[in-house]
Amino acid sequence: MTAQGPLIALIAAARRAGDISRLVEAVPYARFMGISAVVVEGELLGRLQFAGHLIGNPMLPALHGGVIGALLESTAIFQLMWETEAILLPRTITLTVDYLRSGRAVDTFARGVLTRQGRRVACVRVDAWQDDRSRPIAVASAHFLIESAGMPAPEQDG
Amino acid sequence: MADDDSERLRELSAMNLRFERMVPHNRALNLEVLALEHARATFRLPYDVKLIGNPETGVLHGGAITAAMDAACGTAVFQALPRPMVIATLDLRIDYLKPATPPRDVTIRAHCYKVTRSVAFVRGLAFHDDEADPIASGTGSFMLGTSSRRAPERE
Repeated sequence: MTAQGPLIALIAAARRAGDISRLVEAVPYARFMGISAVVVEGELLGRLQFAGHLIGNPMLPALHGGVIGALLESTAIFQLMWETEAILLPRTITLTVDYLRSGRAVDTFARGVLTRQGRRVACVRVDAWQDDRSRPIAVASAHFLIESAGMPAPEQDG
Repeated sequence: MADDDSERLRELSAMNLRFERMVPHNRALNLEVLALEHARATFRLPYDVKLIGNPETGVLHGGAITAAMDAACGTAVFQALPRPMVIATLDLRIDYLKPATPPRDVTIRAHCYKVTRSVAFVRGLAFHDDEADPIASGTGSFMLGTSSRRAPERE
């Protein structure tokens, strides 16, 4: 990854404009999944718009566990991009998801909270819910490699 | 006896193969089942531009690897069960060891190494060609015999 890539310009523009949605739209996987970032009452939320191709168990029906994991990981990344001075996409080191309830065939929301930010590593906790925020369907804890301005670029071995 | 076991495994594998192909999100990812053995499942996640997480490098999003890992782990559990049961993921941890290399496909191999009365434990690895050079590793536990009474959680 170069220091002058278009993504960095997009990240800088998103931060200046206070609007992360254009950045999210630049990620093909987010478009495929229907994942977006929305600000509701001053809070940055990840939103997964329900679509039939997100189903993992057609009998119930229930969202695919990996889909819920993707929303949690994406929301943690949104929060990091939002709150930190990261100018590169944070790289996920570990993601641990606890599944609490099955995800029904409706929209899902998630909120990330930065629990620790070091120079190189940040930790984010994320909750995901559907209709009732007090009844989360899944919670996650994730660690990321973050590289801020002036930091050496992360090792790119693949 | 051995013939009965291999016959049972063949039937189980055929059923799980049919089930995997029915899962909408697995189809959306174009996930392919490469091999099904006793307590083991090997899947392929084909590289696809729609799964890119970093538009600058073309590297796959971690979410696609997570979904493929979840699917492979769940199928490994099905392959380990004495009879078909409804299962639910309790937890799944993914360690991302190195970025996937575009535009290469990813292979995911999962092994259900322990089944108890209520819970199954699974490990998985994602790699390109060489299992010794993995992209991600996964560890999950699954609740067994969850019925529709628990699952929908409707108020």
